[in-house]
Amino acid sequence: MSEKSEQNRLSVFKTYKLYVGGKFPRSESGRVYEVTDSKGKWLANAPLSSRKDARDAVVAARKAFGGWSGATAYNRGQILYRVAEMLEGRKGQFVHEVADAEGLSKNKAAAVVEAAIDRWVWYAGWTDKIAQVVGGANPVAGPYFNLSTPEPTGVVTVVAPQESSFLGLVSVIAPVIATGNTAVVIASEKAPLPALSLGEVLATSDLPGGVVNILSGKASEMGPHLAAHLDVNAIDLTGADADLARELEIAAADNLKRVLRPRTEDFAGAPGTDRMTAFLETKTVWHPTGSLGASGSSY
Amino acid sequence: MPTTASAAHAFADVTTSESTLRRFLHGLPGVDAVGLEARAASLGTRSIKTTAKAYAIDLAISMIDLTTLEGADTPGKVRALAAKAVNPDPTDRTTPTTAAVCVYPDMVTTAKAALAGSGVKVASVATAFPAGRAALPVKLADTADAIAAGADEIDMVIDRGAFLAGRYLEVYEQIAAIKAECGDRARLKVIFETGELSTYDNIRRASWLGMIAGADFIKTSTGKVAVNATPANTLLMLEAVRDFRAQTGIQIGVKPAGGIRNTKEAIKFLVLVNETAGADWLDNHWFRFGASSLLNDLLMQRQKLATGHYSGPDYVTVD
Repeated sequence: MSEKSEQNRLSVFKTYKLYVGGKFPRSESGRVYEVTDSKGKWLANAPLSSRKDARDAVVAARKAFGGWSGATAYNRGQILYRVAEMLEGRKGQFVHEVADAEGLSKNKAAAVVEAAIDRWVWYAGWTDKIAQVVGGANPVAGPYFNLSTPEPTGVVTVVAPQESSFLGLVSVIAPVIATGNTAVVIASEKAPLPALSLGEVLATSDLPGGVVNILSGKASEMGPHLAAHLDVNAIDLTGADADLARELEIAAADNLKRVLRPRTEDFAGAPGTDRMTAFLETKTVWHPTGSLGASGSSY
Repeated sequence: MPTTASAAHAFADVTTSESTLRRFLHGLPGVDAVGLEARAASLGTRSIKTTAKAYAIDLAISMIDLTTLEGADTPGKVRALAAKAVNPDPTDRTTPTTAAVCVYPDMVTTAKAALAGSGVKVASVATAFPAGRAALPVKLADTADAIAAGADEIDMVIDRGAFLAGRYLEVYEQIAAIKAECGDRARLKVIFETGELSTYDNIRRASWLGMIAGADFIKTSTGKVAVNATPANTLLMLEAVRDFRAQTGIQIGVKPAGGIRNTKEAIKFLVLVNETAGADWLDNHWFRFGASSLLNDLLMQRQKLATGHYSGPDYVTVD
């Protein structure tokens, strides 16, 4: 009986949508493109984002920046850990999507998804420790403290890796937001489905809307507008090919963006702190020490 | 002013008594709320691009009454706002100036001095803004103060309590008295606070009441309540000024205020103006935006058109 009813059941196809400002809009342009698995079989239609979607994402990211960068590092860590918790619960879906997208066996895909979940946990732990590692008290010859602290760069555009559709994606998003930046992510063009599903996880993880915005489509279409955008502070070119990376770096130079160039990377390996420090600025402040004033009184 | 005299003359029979005025206002056709909102929404779908957009942006900038109406206003803030009104985008000197700066009466002197020689007008709210809860002599003194300090335009609020209670003649007489105080020294904008009038029928009645009483401009709202200018209520007021001109030959301005924050919305309002009242109103003598944050968005869009790059809030002033 149950087998029979399953055969008769109509397919419920998922409408993959963008994740912008905590909401799930379709592309403003109304366009979609076909996403296939590694063997060329149709999987779903994904939104083909336009430059206006990118612009809206930047507005959302900028709006979210004050609250997210102002949240305590401890709180950010809790929220990133919460993302890992939510992912754990939906592991099956991601294993399925990653297996389809990257042509992996079920077991290998499960290992990739687990590594990605562990990556969130890893970065969640770093939120309140990075300041101790890259900041510090500087020695000065005077009655002052001189303190350097890392501050988030701002709105970061991330061109996500093309091949590693989920572990690579997580490995570039988590370090950007762990330190208090907000992100506009251009997902892998040929395998955007895990990224679009990640949006659904982020939306239910206490992560404020706009902190991560996920766009699917062509990096070559949106990239130039984001690189030239005056309200984007940095760009991570990890997923851009050599020609596009060059073009985007030139556009980004015009407005003094911080640029992370693409490099060969093994996302399965230990991530290190490079990706976090790439989007941190150092703020140094002077503060008088206790004994000051004519009488030498302290306060 | 001759125009006022003729308006008063044309409607002399209407304003003779409370009951004739009520009969006239309640005799105005009822508003089809669904149709009005649908019309406003459909006009909002027009796509305005490239050169038309550039024209619309410059027109919108030139129509702004750059407004600061806070208890915390300081002379410094008013001077900063005035500097912005005169030179909205210091990186691009071809940017038009705004139409006016809108302040409280005690800041008129400061604004006037800061704007001297620039052509930007000073508008002052008056008549116990924003509630309008004061006796007529107080309202007249408030207005006289602002005009004496040099205000070119007076933004008065109507007594919504009297209006909603049906004491139309009282509202009429107050507007007429303030108009007499303004004389030909200042243009009078009459604020209805449409968000407090409850119904579209009331907004239509208030519009006609204001126009008959001698308003030079009718203005939606103070910006101090939850619902401010909407496309629908502005469309309704534009229909009123259109019909009023057709009937009397007198042209009256419209000023939506509050809640218009970005270029897209501003351009929608300009479409409403062009399609409803007509191109005669596409001028800052006849149409204004009461706004403050709108200007920054217009400037960012203007920069985008000029450079091809999206701009950001770091490239406009913080107000």
